[in-house]
Amino acid sequence: MAEGENKGLVLLDFWVSPFGQRCRIALAEKGVEYEYREENLRDKSPLLLKSNPVHKKIPVLIHDGKPVCESLIIVQYIDEAWPDRAPLLPADSYARAQARFWADLVDKKMYESGTKLWKLKGEAQEEAKKEFIEILKLLEGELGDKKYFGGDTFGLVDIALVPFTAWFYSYEACANLSAEKEAPKLVPWVKRCRERESVSKSLPDPLKVYEFVCFLKKVYGIE
Amino acid sequence: MAAAEGIEVKLIGAWPSPFVLRARIALNLKGVEYEFLQEKFGEKSELLLRANPVYKKIPVLLHHGKPICESMIIVEYVDEAWPAAGRAILPADPYERALHRFWASYIDDKLNPSGAALSKTQTEEAKVEAAGQVIAGLKLLEEAFGRLSKGKGFFGGDDIGYVDIALGCFLGWLKVMEKTSGVKFIDEEKMPLLAGWAERFCAHEAVKAVMPEPERLEAFARKRAASAKAPPANQNTF
Repeated sequence: MAEGENKGLVLLDFWVSPFGQRCRIALAEKGVEYEYREENLRDKSPLLLKSNPVHKKIPVLIHDGKPVCESLIIVQYIDEAWPDRAPLLPADSYARAQARFWADLVDKKMYESGTKLWKLKGEAQEEAKKEFIEILKLLEGELGDKKYFGGDTFGLVDIALVPFTAWFYSYEACANLSAEKEAPKLVPWVKRCRERESVSKSLPDPLKVYEFVCFLKKVYGIE
Repeated sequence: MAAAEGIEVKLIGAWPSPFVLRARIALNLKGVEYEFLQEKFGEKSELLLRANPVYKKIPVLLHHGKPICESMIIVEYVDEAWPAAGRAILPADPYERALHRFWASYIDDKLNPSGAALSKTQTEEAKVEAAGQVIAGLKLLEEAFGRLSKGKGFFGGDDIGYVDIALGCFLGWLKVMEKTSGVKFIDEEKMPLLAGWAERFCAHEAVKAVMPEPERLEAFARKRAASAKAPPANQNTF
């Protein structure tokens, strides 16, 4: 192997993945250069399978040949590997614990609950809507009147959550659920986040996300 | 012994819970004195509901009255709030930290649920399949031990660390499951590293005083199963 071939950063990702977007946002916040590699999830590359043998999933950040897996672990790694700029976690240990708690909550709840909104129909979908609205209200309550979830500084919880906002259009189209109406206090926060270049460059067009959801529905045979 | 007078630390928990055990081990490693608030089985205290309104689960650490929830988040908080006391629970290097977090995550997202699935199996066939899943997961950790321990006695190296705590908390219940299912999960021949580690972990001074004896856990499980046909409403799901 040529010397230096392994040097640098590679992000194995998939364009629509909110988990991958978290990593892109974090890297952009730190102003770090990296190579973005789009994976075909139906035909995963040998590099992906080698780098994440346990889960075989994206995103994977490969730094000088060493793979880091799991999006929130990657974001914290990025924060710790470039500690000299744009801190993504607060300095105070209690505030850090709170940030980890809420980022973990987003991880536990948003993806599964959001997926149910377009996968299910009828009564099951109504149940899923109730559940999703509860989560939104919980997050809205935690944000309160703050600029970002961590206060004045954009950080881990914002990064964990904001990619899911690109799916709001799809949730409305598929489940008739308007996140903006159910959790209006999140609206200015979404706008504020999107004004950051790291976010606007990393998030996909909501219409393209909807196209993708429609494609998935066809694949799964959902009307 | 933790410095500073007037440090007020309380832990809301229950003795059988492996998740509560994680918090206790972390506090012990740092020599932090704390008050253990044992929850009554089958009912959640006002304090717990106020301290953890989102999940209403134990453990909850209260530091100067401020709650921290979720066991591994508590462990990391203890590591950061008492940096000078005892040994670091997470390593200093960012890449090593990422590896330790990955395996702790694996334990919570995959291994523990596979154990829970096993405990719920009804048929022999389902039990064998579920036991196989648990063993497959433990095999991955056997391999990970080699990488993380760097030839030393614990995942954390010379001393107990983040992954040791994440996994070791289940050893008591694992012994109970071995007895009830007849399956040997950590076989010395197949998983020599984990077998040696398990013994060292249970004998560690930060662990042995707080880790419940398997016999006591077994009696608890029997009593709980007998007292409720419906799934118990208490916090000790695992």
